[in-house]
Amino acid sequence: MARGHSLLAYALTRMALAVPMLLILLTAVFIILRILPGDPVLALWGGHTPPPEVVEAARQQLGLDKPWYVQYWNYMTDFLQGKFGISIGEQYRGTPVWNQISQRLPATIELSIGSMFVATVVGVGAGIVAGSRRDTWVDVAIRLYGTIVWVIPIFWLGLIFQLIFGVWLHWLPPQGRWTGTDIPRGVTGMYTVDALLEGNLAHFWKATQHLILPSLTLGLVLSGFFTKTVRANMLQTVTADYSDAARARGVPERRVITRHAFRNALVPVVTVLGLQFAILFAGAVLTERTFSIEGIGQLLLTSITSKDMTMIQGVVVVYASIIVVISLVVDILGAMIDPRIRL
Amino acid sequence: MSETVLSAQNLRVHYHTRRGPVKAVDGVTFDLNEGETLGVVGETGCGKSTLAKVTLGLLPPRTEVSGSLKLRGKELLEISPAEYRHLRGEELALIFQDPMTRLDPLMSIREHFVETLRAHDKKLSKAEASERAIDILRSMGIPESRIDDFPHEFSGGMRQRIMIAMAIVLRPKLLVADEPTTALDVIVEAQILDILRDLRRAYSMSLILITHNLGIVAQVCDRTAVMYAGRLAELGSVADVFRRPIHPYTQGLLASTIHLDTRELRSIDGLPPSLLDPPTGCRFHPRCPHAKDICTREEPPMVEYRPGHFAACHFGADFL
Repeated sequence: MARGHSLLAYALTRMALAVPMLLILLTAVFIILRILPGDPVLALWGGHTPPPEVVEAARQQLGLDKPWYVQYWNYMTDFLQGKFGISIGEQYRGTPVWNQISQRLPATIELSIGSMFVATVVGVGAGIVAGSRRDTWVDVAIRLYGTIVWVIPIFWLGLIFQLIFGVWLHWLPPQGRWTGTDIPRGVTGMYTVDALLEGNLAHFWKATQHLILPSLTLGLVLSGFFTKTVRANMLQTVTADYSDAARARGVPERRVITRHAFRNALVPVVTVLGLQFAILFAGAVLTERTFSIEGIGQLLLTSITSKDMTMIQGVVVVYASIIVVISLVVDILGAMIDPRIRL
Repeated sequence: MSETVLSAQNLRVHYHTRRGPVKAVDGVTFDLNEGETLGVVGETGCGKSTLAKVTLGLLPPRTEVSGSLKLRGKELLEISPAEYRHLRGEELALIFQDPMTRLDPLMSIREHFVETLRAHDKKLSKAEASERAIDILRSMGIPESRIDDFPHEFSGGMRQRIMIAMAIVLRPKLLVADEPTTALDVIVEAQILDILRDLRRAYSMSLILITHNLGIVAQVCDRTAVMYAGRLAELGSVADVFRRPIHPYTQGLLASTIHLDTRELRSIDGLPPSLLDPPTGCRFHPRCPHAKDICTREEPPMVEYRPGHFAACHFGADFL
């Protein structure tokens, strides 16, 4: 019981610490966006110089005529009340930032879960096989694989997959999240989950089909990291003292590998898993672009082109919050695997 | 005459390295009887631990093993890996030097025992395995309440007692202890040695105690084997080897231990030889104060100078 209580206290402390972190991050983004050259109003005219009175009117309308500290104060007080502000960019001008984000967030989450699944299953699996068969041809092949996917550009792999499985073989839809108009409309916004909630297996399969290529693209690229880390850890744990001691007690080799070597090799991987999610989101931006998925990565890209400052700030905060939550979950997971960790 | 449990005949273990074969054990012959404790002493790198590994069949792949090693008449060097796995734990058990790293940090003590017991009897239920674990742990002074604790929650001495409990839970006939107390403090060392002594009495287990500490051999063992550079220099009862050593190496070892009446501590000059390229003839000759011409050329045979007291020295008769 004492343990459960301390766990809750730990989680709450971590969440509380995240608030100042987010505020600092937001301030940094706010300042950087205003230091960088470019202006959301001028961006509208795409290179042409509009009449000064038009510019002035537009700036007034968007609140950009006020001094930066007033803008900062207004934005921050709104933010602390849970308001993400109004878009000032070309595409979404006048619409609430949160509406745009919340519409697109489910697609990004679906893609992230799918690719993390691929990355861990493929990466950890390959790492175990390579690590327990050191210097065999399987090990060499897997090491080569790990290096290749590590350096492959995401968009290139995505295009190749689209070409092979979408265009040539017609096995899977080459882009988008859905084909047709009967889009599942549910509470989560994630088509796979919504289809399951509807109880419509055909829809679930269709949503999954759309998810396979992008998840595979992003997941395989990320799997290189897991392969290399798990393999390196396995090399140590397979010959670790406790593994030898288990063999000396007559424990079968298979169990020594799966139980002692593998579980111990996983501990350092779990520690860095939270950081991997940060890399995953960066990769998701490119993957969404390649597969025309309307996620928050795409939203971020269009907002950057149109200098949509409020939208960029909103998306960055959402990314950061998700990473904070994920690293917390990962730390708790680590504590569950390793009894030496007391949170 | 009691039954011979382990019998090594001209046993050789050569590790393959890039610089050539390392002759860690190079022609070792001895017998171990039921209920007997044999102390194997020698300096670091003389092949003591390899002797433990070859007995348990835990050598790295591509290691060359020749000669003969029989467990109660069964040739260990020829059995299949699967058969060997069953012997480990059931017939043969090993206690390691460093108990701090030998338990899996992610597993509770109960899981360690359940795994070990079920590796040898698949039909055993978890409850039955736990029952046996609790019994044996209690006999080692570990209370039942601690069975679900994890290794990091125990002290070094407790971990070694847990390791011993796990080693003997299947009642093996032969226990090999490789420097079992080196990592522990003196008081805990005494406790562990008491336990090892009691085991022999309680279960008539044979014990090979590998150590560099002559005091431990004198306290615990019946016979002692002195190892030098992969070979046995001397083999005999503890009383004979300690009071009337024959081999100059044994004499040197004994002279370099501290007693209450020690005035001047002696040491053996030089360093133990490389097992990659050991000296010709008697391997001890470069460090031997009595070495003659023949010692550099011919390997001395093991000669029984007294009943049960063997030594490999050309001039053994001079030291009687």
